Amino acid sequence: MTFFANQAWWWPYVFILAGGWLATDAWRFLGVFLGDRISEDSDALVFVRAVATALVAAVIANLIVFPSGPLADTPLALRVGAAVAAFAAYLAARRSVLTGIIVGEAVLLAGIFLL
Amino acid sequence: MLSAGTMPSDAPAGEQPPATGDYLRWYLRGSLRIVSLPALILASSFVGFAALAMQAGITLPQAVFMTGMVWALPAKVVMVGAIMAGNGLPATAFAVALSSVRLTPMVVALVPELRTPHTRKWVLYLLSHFVAVTSWVIAMSDVRAVPPAMRTAWYGGVGSSLVMLNMCVVAAVYLLASGLPPAASAALFLLTPIYFLTSLWGSARERAGHVAMVLGLVLGPLFAILTPDFSLLATGAAGGVLAYLYHRWARRRAGP
Repeated sequence: MTFFANQAWWWPYVFILAGGWLATDAWRFLGVFLGDRISEDSDALVFVRAVATALVAAVIANLIVFPSGPLADTPLALRVGAAVAAFAAYLAARRSVLTGIIVGEAVLLAGIFLL
Repeated sequence: MLSAGTMPSDAPAGEQPPATGDYLRWYLRGSLRIVSLPALILASSFVGFAALAMQAGITLPQAVFMTGMVWALPAKVVMVGAIMAGNGLPATAFAVALSSVRLTPMVVALVPELRTPHTRKWVLYLLSHFVAVTSWVIAMSDVRAVPPAMRTAWYGGVGSSLVMLNMCVVAAVYLLASGLPPAASAALFLLTPIYFLTSLWGSARERAGHVAMVLGLVLGPLFAILTPDFSLLATGAAGGVLAYLYHRWARRRAGP
């Protein structure tokens, strides 16, 4: 059953609740449950964090390498270049997220208008 | 800014129970955090998300509902991606759940900071819904400045105001943004990955987190080509195991 499979008005909301809310809040509730029981320094937590970080990084990379929407019309090298420039600027500016965003967007827009 | 240690959060014995007005004051103080740089960046990322959701054919009330109920931005981006790809409900829930595993350790890290011996469990379960990158980063860096008994009220203010602000942002984009020039839309779509690229690096607690992130960035697109159906799972497993092995190796080398 896909999001658009059922014409009933309530179906997309059921889809969002079951496929989105339950799938995210279950992890949050598990976190509260474990919050009492697991040591913040435990090795298991280092492993869980490493898996989770790699997963989110994969989502980020796929948004840049295989984008959707208007970003898909820009060259791959420009998107990767903008991301690399953003990250370098972020590090150079002592981990300033705003600096990273400004530089990355500037590179992207310059590329769109000049290429 | 983000330190891993926890401070004893016991209220001093014999302290007067706080008045309702105190809770309200700290809730409002937390709410004021929507006027801050992280909140502004998050709101801009939600502009990009709303544009993506519009493109997927999701309606305004559905997108606002998704913002309130799912909240975490990567989970929502994965969900919209699955909707666009025409995935069924089980596959979508699986992909969203995979992208949200990281919420568990984030909540595990935050709970000891918010809790006092008197905190009721349902309050923590309710507040955990607000955990996502931005509110978590704000809480982990500033919660120590809040009196222990007021921390749940304060975080309730931070979290609920961020959620409500971005539900409004999503609705506003739907109402206003149908006529954006392509370059502006492209710039908005890049905002989300760049925001997460930088803030994920900053929230890593140990070197292994940075190793895992670099591995995930490289392996993610690679596995997306090799095993499109299991790319996230494969990246998480491979990147996580390798980063954890690095962690063990680095610790042994640092030695006793």
